[in-house]
Amino acid sequence: MDLIKLTIDNVPVEVEPGTTILKAAEKVGIKIPTLCYMELPDVGVINNPGACRMCVVDIGGPRLFPACATTCTPNMVVKTNSPRVLNARRTVMQLILSDHPADCLLCAKNDDCELRKLAAEMGVHELPFVENCKQSHYKKSTSPSINRDQDKCIMCRRCETMCNEVESVGAIGAINRGFNAVVATAFERPLVDSNCVFCGQCVAVCPTGALTEVNNNPEVLEAIADPTKTVIVETAPSIRAALGEEFGLEPGTLVTGKMVAALRRIGFDYVFDTDFAADMTIMEEGSELVDRLTRVAKGDKSVKLPLFTSCCPAWVNFCENEYPEMLDNLSTAKSPMEMFGPVAKSMYADKLGIKRENLVVVSVMPCVAKKFERQRPEFSKDGDSDVNIVITTRELARLIKINNIDFKSLPDEDFDAPMGESTGGAVIFGNTGGVMEAAVRVAYELVTGKKPEKVEFDEVRGFEGVRMATIDFAGTPVNVAVAHELRNARKLVEMVKSGKYNLAACEVMACPGGCIGGAGQPFHHGDSNILIARHNAIYREDENKKCRRSNENKQLAEVYKEFLGKPLAGRAHELLHTRYFDRHRI
Amino acid sequence: MNKIEINDCTIKKVNDICEKFGNKSGELINVLHETQNTLGYLPEEVQKVVAQNLNVPLVKVYGVVSFYSFFTMKPKGEHPISLCLGTACYVRGAENVLREFEKELGIKVGEVTPDGKFSLDCLRCLGCCGLAPVCMIGDKVYGRLEPKMVKEILAEY
Amino acid sequence: MAEYKNYILVCGGTGCRASRSSELVEELNKQLKIYQLENDAKVLTTGCFGFCEKGPNVKIIPDNTFYTRVKPEDAEEIVKEHILKGRKVQRLLYLDPDTNKHISDDKHMEFYKKQVRIALRNCGFIDPENIKESIERDGYAALGKVLTELTPEQTIDIILKSGLRGRGGAGFPTGKKWAIASKSVAKPKYVICNADEGDPGAFMDRSILEGDPHSVLEAMAICGYCIGAEHGLIYVRAEYPLAIHRLQVAIKQAREYGLLGNDIMGSGFNFDVELRYGAGAFVCGEETALIHSMEGKRGEPTLKPPFPAVHGYLGQPSNVNNVETFANVPIIILKGADWFSSIGTATSKGTKVFALAGKINNVGLIEVPMGTTLREVIFDIGGGMKNGKKFKAVQTGGPSGGCLTEKHLDVPIDYDNLKAAGSIMGSGGMIVMDEDNCMVAVAKFYLEFIVGESCGKCSPCRIGNMRMLEILTKICDGKGTMDDLYELRDLAHVIKDTALCGLGQTSPNPVLSTLDNFWDEYVAHVRDHKCPAGVCKNLMEYHIDPAICVGCGACQRNCPADAISGEKRAPHTIDQSKCIKCGTCREKCKFGAISIQ
Repeated sequence: MDLIKLTIDNVPVEVEPGTTILKAAEKVGIKIPTLCYMELPDVGVINNPGACRMCVVDIGGPRLFPACATTCTPNMVVKTNSPRVLNARRTVMQLILSDHPADCLLCAKNDDCELRKLAAEMGVHELPFVENCKQSHYKKSTSPSINRDQDKCIMCRRCETMCNEVESVGAIGAINRGFNAVVATAFERPLVDSNCVFCGQCVAVCPTGALTEVNNNPEVLEAIADPTKTVIVETAPSIRAALGEEFGLEPGTLVTGKMVAALRRIGFDYVFDTDFAADMTIMEEGSELVDRLTRVAKGDKSVKLPLFTSCCPAWVNFCENEYPEMLDNLSTAKSPMEMFGPVAKSMYADKLGIKRENLVVVSVMPCVAKKFERQRPEFSKDGDSDVNIVITTRELARLIKINNIDFKSLPDEDFDAPMGESTGGAVIFGNTGGVMEAAVRVAYELVTGKKPEKVEFDEVRGFEGVRMATIDFAGTPVNVAVAHELRNARKLVEMVKSGKYNLAACEVMACPGGCIGGAGQPFHHGDSNILIARHNAIYREDENKKCRRSNENKQLAEVYKEFLGKPLAGRAHELLHTRYFDRHRI
Repeated sequence: MNKIEINDCTIKKVNDICEKFGNKSGELINVLHETQNTLGYLPEEVQKVVAQNLNVPLVKVYGVVSFYSFFTMKPKGEHPISLCLGTACYVRGAENVLREFEKELGIKVGEVTPDGKFSLDCLRCLGCCGLAPVCMIGDKVYGRLEPKMVKEILAEY
Repeated sequence: MAEYKNYILVCGGTGCRASRSSELVEELNKQLKIYQLENDAKVLTTGCFGFCEKGPNVKIIPDNTFYTRVKPEDAEEIVKEHILKGRKVQRLLYLDPDTNKHISDDKHMEFYKKQVRIALRNCGFIDPENIKESIERDGYAALGKVLTELTPEQTIDIILKSGLRGRGGAGFPTGKKWAIASKSVAKPKYVICNADEGDPGAFMDRSILEGDPHSVLEAMAICGYCIGAEHGLIYVRAEYPLAIHRLQVAIKQAREYGLLGNDIMGSGFNFDVELRYGAGAFVCGEETALIHSMEGKRGEPTLKPPFPAVHGYLGQPSNVNNVETFANVPIIILKGADWFSSIGTATSKGTKVFALAGKINNVGLIEVPMGTTLREVIFDIGGGMKNGKKFKAVQTGGPSGGCLTEKHLDVPIDYDNLKAAGSIMGSGGMIVMDEDNCMVAVAKFYLEFIVGESCGKCSPCRIGNMRMLEILTKICDGKGTMDDLYELRDLAHVIKDTALCGLGQTSPNPVLSTLDNFWDEYVAHVRDHKCPAGVCKNLMEYHIDPAICVGCGACQRNCPADAISGEKRAPHTIDQSKCIKCGTCREKCKFGAISIQ
């Protein structure tokens, strides 16, 4: 089809039919401000309710039109900065601010707030309305993962889109109407009383301080300050691919070494890697898969296939809430973080010669659901949680800044032994498809007794919502599937339940793109390129690893030999496996 | 109508209504209409049953209930009073009538008298502007109201 | 209709029913039985006659006698005198206020003289619960003609040429809308009738549904034939129980007669209609919000495009028209496009139904040709101002419209003229106000309505209207400044420019039109701290005239705020700092000594 010609602020531009004015303007270097609009095309997320009216432009009609949702037409004459447009935009901003608390200095979102930034760019410093004009007030609430202060909600509906369309959970949605309309839970109950799975994607996209993660940094500082405690830290695979963004580094910069150095300077006694535990997870989960396949082959009808991964705590919550009938399909292997905890608190505490309760385990996670997972009663012993504190990538960045550390100038340092070594298989846990690929790298060998010819299994990579692949296990085809975002998990579960697919294993991650798009990661502010850069960085880290299969991890082999025994058995079974609960609710 | 007890019988009634509409999520508003007609109001527990049956998130049900003014989560009085505050009634002095109702009943709009006998609400337009200002008590319409008539009207109940 | 010698038509519209017209019907039947006249006269409950002011109304045919304000107690006299003895009951006839003479025939009543009834052609003439009566008056003849003689294209062409524009508000050409929907290829398609009449003070659609439901069903079927739809949906307000009941009866009867359902009139065309109920949200008059509501969701509007003609109910092509628009369709098909377009003005063809209400003598439902002036409507048909008060303003178009004044009275009513004058046609509410109405308070009234009805989706409407309301409240409280007036105007323009849907875009109209037409009244509130109409409480003071006060103490005893003091038999005074302006003292004073200033 022919290109459409139009002018924007007198600049001629040619675009494909169907292009919005917003996109067309970007092409010629005109940045129209947006607020509610958010698009992550690579993972199929779009929110453009046309609600905030911040992006209105003049196209010569009797009124102004939102650039985010108005498509270009031939010979259109668009004004994005006429006095009429600027006045309207400014007034709309003033209106939004007039119904927003002005506690920016103390707000958890302050420097990351898109509303505050935009208001500052527009130079809005006064409100012309009636003094003490009415502001809306709603119940504030907290949970293990997420704080909610809906007084700060600007009804952009991004969180609602994530919760309903992307994650298909439906814990929050618009309630009331008119001035009192707000995005909230049913009956404005706390999230813990709802069907929330704590994936935190609402937090990841909220442009204001309405939704924020619970801040656990004070507990970290307190533990470090306590001379009776030994404080160790573990960092999840996807942290290293995103942390640099908080210090102005290009998205996708790998900062593993600097991160380790920073953690030492903060005062952690030992710095370990969750990747080590991820290799452990693969050993357990891979063995479990092989075990189930073997038993099914022998005609054992009690064994459930496909085996679903259980590393993602939001997915586990979702499965317990929505599909209790599928709980037997969930791998009993704990998540890497929850494997790390009990091993550290038994093997490592013994090694250090300290009591379990004097060892504080801190996890740095890309995830807010991990904060919820940490406090599950089954992940504790005598009231002492296996993992004591979970902080997100963003919290870690703040912790580094609090401790006066100039991150960029840090030297690269290595993790401590014995839980610092990891393989490429563990690293790719951060990407959607990564757990499946890591499992295949090992399971192939467990099944066939031979190393696979290739290490990289491209067939499970990518961003497609549900991906199916058949892996040739030396003549035996094994069908696997990968889903990211819970809407796709739902799709996958329904496919499995339909009985039409003969699947052996399924991987599910709740966040778009997997953990690289986790809700605890630096805010992407709707920039899809950031997710792609992190995604590529993870695979780069994998390529750079000497060992790329989890069964090649020497430290881990040592730990099995000396402490755990064999996968699925004995101490490994006791410490590294868990069970699930029917929590069906609407 | 007073607060209802949520027992198996009520739940069955709600289940039957959902069933009648094929448990289809698109029928949510019809289901809520009929449920409110049957029970008088839509308490939380009832909304949960509806959500479960129609397979929609609870917050979507609550989002709809809290959006439309016709739906209520509070039981109404035995004799619900709805005063029209449409324009025709407004220009003919409905506000003064409303104030008189509030004074006589000792409650504000949206409230129920302590004895549960009356509840007071406003609505947009009953469509009998010829009789403005008007109010409805139960199904009965009272027209050409003046503040001094309020006492007399209430005495009928 | 020749089985009986006489037919007694009783208005069964909501207004007349509220004045006990159903009891009247019962009583009439009882009396006919007593006087053994059951075979001579038949009582019919019809739709709205329109003359609500004088309801309940009764018409006796064939002699066309029009009785007003008839009570059940009058039934015996009507039967005994009129039916039995053929003598008209003089005291129940309409009394012409100008000549002070009784008029027996509606054709000679000023209220009806200038009206042309097209959409309301059957209202008040047929029993809406009897399809036979509808068919006798050409009901479903247009559908028959379309199905047997015309192609969809030809039919759309007739509607297009007739110049019929949507009667719901914006006035989009109906034929064009149908043509667009007919071109959408996706199936199934839907015909939707918007009967969510939400304007406070408007009851046109309700009256049509109550008085002539079959013409709406017929028109929907015609539309279905034109655009290729087999499903019709009527979205009707739950607050209209009578309209719902009559629609249900009509749909049932139409199905029994094979006028809805499969293979209508043997043409192979299938069409059926279902009802959907609104639940109290003004915004659902907006077509995308209406569609979401029909899908069981919150009635929030979405951006257009895509238009419903492409992506409507359940994502399928849908054509939405309002009740009055549909009611015009069958007669256009029967009488032709030229006939219809010969009525009205250059840009607005046909007639328009208005719900005339407010401070006017003849409140009611009227239908006039486009091009009739506001003066004719208010002073001829409407019978002028109630209690001889001075005309101040007429509000058209409901909360989306504006207030017009004396200088607009000779404007011929049509879509474009009303828009140019700062109001809109809207769905047809017309509220007349007199000197006792404060225009600032009226603007505030509409803003209160809008704030209560805004869906809350877009920021200008959600927050902006609240801010305008706050400024108006401040002005009515006597605390406003001139800056507030300028801010109010600026805010109104921005909301108009930026709101997402029709509700938000038009919500500032009552404010802008009163600012334009009653600027002095705003200034009086702000600068002089006076409400010229004496409505805004905080700007009023009650005063006791010492020359009239006899010191009886009645005011003092009844003052709830203890604001009045004075010696017995000496003039009393009011302490303005304590006065709560309840007006009790003025009511209690037998001597008229207390005035508002």
